[in-house]
Amino acid sequence: MKLLVNFSRGKGRKPIIAQVVRDTGVLINVERALIDSSEGEALIDVPDDQCQLVRDTMVSLGAKVHILEHGVSLNESECVDCGACISVCPREVFSFDPDWKLSLDEKLCVLCGKCVDACPSHALTLPL
Amino acid sequence: MHKSIGQINERIRDGSARVVTAEEMPAIVAELGEQGALKEVDVVTTGTFGAMCSSGAFFNFGHAEPPIRMERIWLNNVEAYGGLAAVDTYIGATQPSDTREDEYGGAHVLEDLVAGKSIELRASSRGTDCYPRRTITTELLLENVNQAIMCNPRNAYQRYNAATNTTDRTLHTYMGTLLPGCGNVSYSGAGLLNPISNDPHLRLIGSGVPIFLCGAQGLIIGEGTQHSPAGGFGTLMVTGDLKQMSQDYMRAATMTGYGVTLYVGLGIPLPVLDIDVVRTTAVRNEDISVDILDYAVPSRSRPVLRKVSYAELRSGSIDLNGEEVKTSSLSSFRRARQVAAELKGWVEQGKMQLALPTRPIDARKVSLPMHQSTQGPRVLDIMDRQVVSIHEDEEIKTAAKKLLKGETNHLPVINGAGILVGIVTTFDISKAVANPGKAHLVKDIMKTKVITAKPDEAVDIAVQKLKQYNISALPVVDAEYRVLGILTAMNLGKLFGGRWLK
Repeated sequence: MKLLVNFSRGKGRKPIIAQVVRDTGVLINVERALIDSSEGEALIDVPDDQCQLVRDTMVSLGAKVHILEHGVSLNESECVDCGACISVCPREVFSFDPDWKLSLDEKLCVLCGKCVDACPSHALTLPL
Repeated sequence: MHKSIGQINERIRDGSARVVTAEEMPAIVAELGEQGALKEVDVVTTGTFGAMCSSGAFFNFGHAEPPIRMERIWLNNVEAYGGLAAVDTYIGATQPSDTREDEYGGAHVLEDLVAGKSIELRASSRGTDCYPRRTITTELLLENVNQAIMCNPRNAYQRYNAATNTTDRTLHTYMGTLLPGCGNVSYSGAGLLNPISNDPHLRLIGSGVPIFLCGAQGLIIGEGTQHSPAGGFGTLMVTGDLKQMSQDYMRAATMTGYGVTLYVGLGIPLPVLDIDVVRTTAVRNEDISVDILDYAVPSRSRPVLRKVSYAELRSGSIDLNGEEVKTSSLSSFRRARQVAAELKGWVEQGKMQLALPTRPIDARKVSLPMHQSTQGPRVLDIMDRQVVSIHEDEEIKTAAKKLLKGETNHLPVINGAGILVGIVTTFDISKAVANPGKAHLVKDIMKTKVITAKPDEAVDIAVQKLKQYNISALPVVDAEYRVLGILTAMNLGKLFGGRWLK
């Protein structure tokens, strides 16, 4: 399960992710993170059965947590199956089926948004 | 053996013509041999579906009461050409909207009309004795106009060079998003389904030949603009009735950071007259090669990194300097196939008969670059030659004094040999003063990755660098990296009111 974690670095600069790993023992996979002097956003992947535990612990440490049910989504009526998204994706979310129709594996998506910019047909959108 | 166009049309009329797509042809020739394929196949259909910027449509709206001679014209706030008099206009696919910029353009107007949506026509005029009306605003559906004639000056490119990017930042081009460090290769074109690739000597493709254009029956006007078949880059000028077109085969699109374009579905049926046609229509993706160009170089002639075939490009990855790089296409192979299949159906059902060119297209033509009688401003024309620089071993305080005295915000940093090794800005100095640490010398705080300009570089290239890297000055260096001057946003002021604006 993927979680999007937002935290402010205002007070004390707590190492939230590290602390959650230590306290819960859950191995968190950080797939993408953008942290600057005042705030941070991280996309993390945790096992489904421990998702609630990680989420609650993070919230108790002051972070905002969204559970991401979905990755990037494709509007099939806009897509022309060009495949411009395929090579810009860092995680091989997109591929062609044997009939050269675009297919996507949402589970692999890390919501980086590169494909959204690269799509000439405005057929891709990110959740949130 | 030779078949005449008359014989082939007769078979189309009585429903006995054998029609195949250009994708099916190589296997048929491999199985039956060239003579066997000639006997068996009457028509090969081709198809392509990709971004074709040089597209648009003519309109005639009919006269208003009182009548107007429209001089400035907008369709959904996208400006259309007003030089055709009275109530005619031409709208180009890439023309951006005045209000929504790259989100909406001429291509979207065309797609909206085909989709049955209404479009706002707005026009103005000086008013004349015969055309007294000065303004008009009206909502129009496609069925409300007398004519809507798609006319595309440069379509059906024979092939496209592929694109990659050796710089360290993402480039947004008409070839799509190019990731830094050759992170991907972008290509376009239908390969073995491409019309001209199936008739490279242009024996069958020429003026008057019927085609599939965006779902309508259109025809070839003649050679397209920038037609350059001698180098493998032939193009066609084509036309068709917008009122007969389908959204399935025409789509407006936006290339991020580049602009609006129109995806056009185009196919040409080729009559299999003789062995030469069998041979050219048996072309495979392996046989069609293109160059991979480095879009890092913002010049007309971009460096070629390697040659590659459509078969390699379509495999999903290629080898580039020993690394596996992912490839992806901007054109849709699936829709190109659909175009060829739909066209095959038309011919099989006798809906379209074939014709030979009424006038041939030159297959040896070469398109030349622009003749430029004047050169635009170069960096050396406007750069600041009185550049203050500093040695890397000087103290930060000295740098601060130099910045103050020189009334500048940028100090190029040089080493003992006078070579540029870094740059410091007032921001770097302020930061060093506000957070005093171990840094004492200029070399401790300087940025070593300096974006530079060459003296004979066009100012427009330098301006693009300032914009891309979000910086306000470029040290100008010679081949040995010695500082000759500096180009700042202030120098660009020299372009206004000066001799460059004649």
